[in-house]
Amino acid sequence: MKGWNWDGFFEYLTNTYILEGAAVTLGLTIAAMTLGVVAGCVVALMRMSPFRILSNIAYFYTWLIRGTPLLVQLIIIYTGLPQIGIKFSVLEATLIGLVMNEAAYLSEIIRSGISSVPKGQSNAARAVGMTDVQMMRYIIAPQAARIIIPPLGNSVNGCLKTTSIASIISMEELLRRTQVLIQEKFMVLELFVVAALYYLLMTTAWDLIQRRIERHFGRGYDIKADAAEQR
Amino acid sequence: MKPMIILEDVDKWYGKNFQVLKSCSLIVSPGEVVVICGPSGSGKSTLIKCVNGLEPVQGGRISVKDMEVTGPRTKLPKLRSHVGMVFQHFDLFPHMTVTENICIGQTRVLGRTQTEAEAKTAALLERVGMSDHARKYPIQLSGGQQQRIAIARALAMDPIAMLFDEPTSALDPEMITEVLDVMVELANEGMTMMVVTHEMGFARKVADRVVFMDGGEVVEDTPKDEFFASPKSQRAVEFLSKILDH
Repeated sequence: MKGWNWDGFFEYLTNTYILEGAAVTLGLTIAAMTLGVVAGCVVALMRMSPFRILSNIAYFYTWLIRGTPLLVQLIIIYTGLPQIGIKFSVLEATLIGLVMNEAAYLSEIIRSGISSVPKGQSNAARAVGMTDVQMMRYIIAPQAARIIIPPLGNSVNGCLKTTSIASIISMEELLRRTQVLIQEKFMVLELFVVAALYYLLMTTAWDLIQRRIERHFGRGYDIKADAAEQR
Repeated sequence: MKPMIILEDVDKWYGKNFQVLKSCSLIVSPGEVVVICGPSGSGKSTLIKCVNGLEPVQGGRISVKDMEVTGPRTKLPKLRSHVGMVFQHFDLFPHMTVTENICIGQTRVLGRTQTEAEAKTAALLERVGMSDHARKYPIQLSGGQQQRIAIARALAMDPIAMLFDEPTSALDPEMITEVLDVMVELANEGMTMMVVTHEMGFARKVADRVVFMDGGEVVEDTPKDEFFASPKSQRAVEFLSKILDH
């Protein structure tokens, strides 16, 4: 038995190779979530569209993506598609897989958020002469956001961790780099604990950010907080 | 005088089988106050929502001043910015303060500056007796207060006519008066108003005409005094006896 190596643990806690991996994980998450929200809005609006074809396409898309594991999707995109002449780099394949997944899950979250805004709100917005775009922007979206933020926050948290799956197609993010170091140094427990701590650090930081966002979109709903604000 | 609001043979169906409005015709002249009443399900709320195009119609013609409401090329947002509407459930924007609620249409739709909009808002709040509540959120207000803000929000657009869809039906009895007072004042100032309501006291006080609807039809359209003294149709007689009895 080797026992726990404190020196090794602290060395890898500040190892730049690992830190870069963590930065890649963070970058992947930010990119996947940003593009995922945009794509998710498009899928949600398609799903809610009165045009049958659009809503059917959106439904098929979420059914397909949510019904298959990301791991399988990534392997198909990176390892399978070249067989029919479609080639992506590791980074491209990873981003495509992550964004496709986030878009599918987020579209359902966004759709339920938009549906949760009472019908009276759109009537009231139209009655003062707003166009549909203005109504969406000033009235529906801010109210839907309040409903969307908590599950969206879960998705960000989930995405931070899900990026580790991309290590399977050799994306050099936090987990992959940890594994590479383990193969050189054999400090299995120390290195995985370091990786776990980095994930924990990032998810905790997000947790704090999410709470601030929730407070912002919660205004008008919490009487005590609003009363305090007026003073 | 040229009519302000014209509804001509308006037909509306929900789905293929249910006709909510059957060839409804109605004319409102400038400065006139028309009260629309009738049993629930008679189509009166649907009718008033057709006037500013919130509900599409399948037949007939609607116009407000010189603007056609029906017809494919109508710019509905523009039309609606000239016609104020007040709803049964107030429908204030819950994520905005009272002032923001009244400003948003002025700045985003009419293009007024924030300063202009806020000045107008302050004047309107004064008028509806809500100056002390400018910075509150709707959730902090009573139903009657919220409805007065909703009226102010509509008036902020300087409308040429006002539509009221059961403005006091969702209110506790002790709050009805404060809303009706504002509406009476508005009527006395000469605002053109279409009001769907069961408040016959209000109708008696300020209405010029009473329109009685039943089963999607305009059954009666008579001057107020005539309507209360001797309603022509049996259905109106029954309706009045039910709502005036207690």
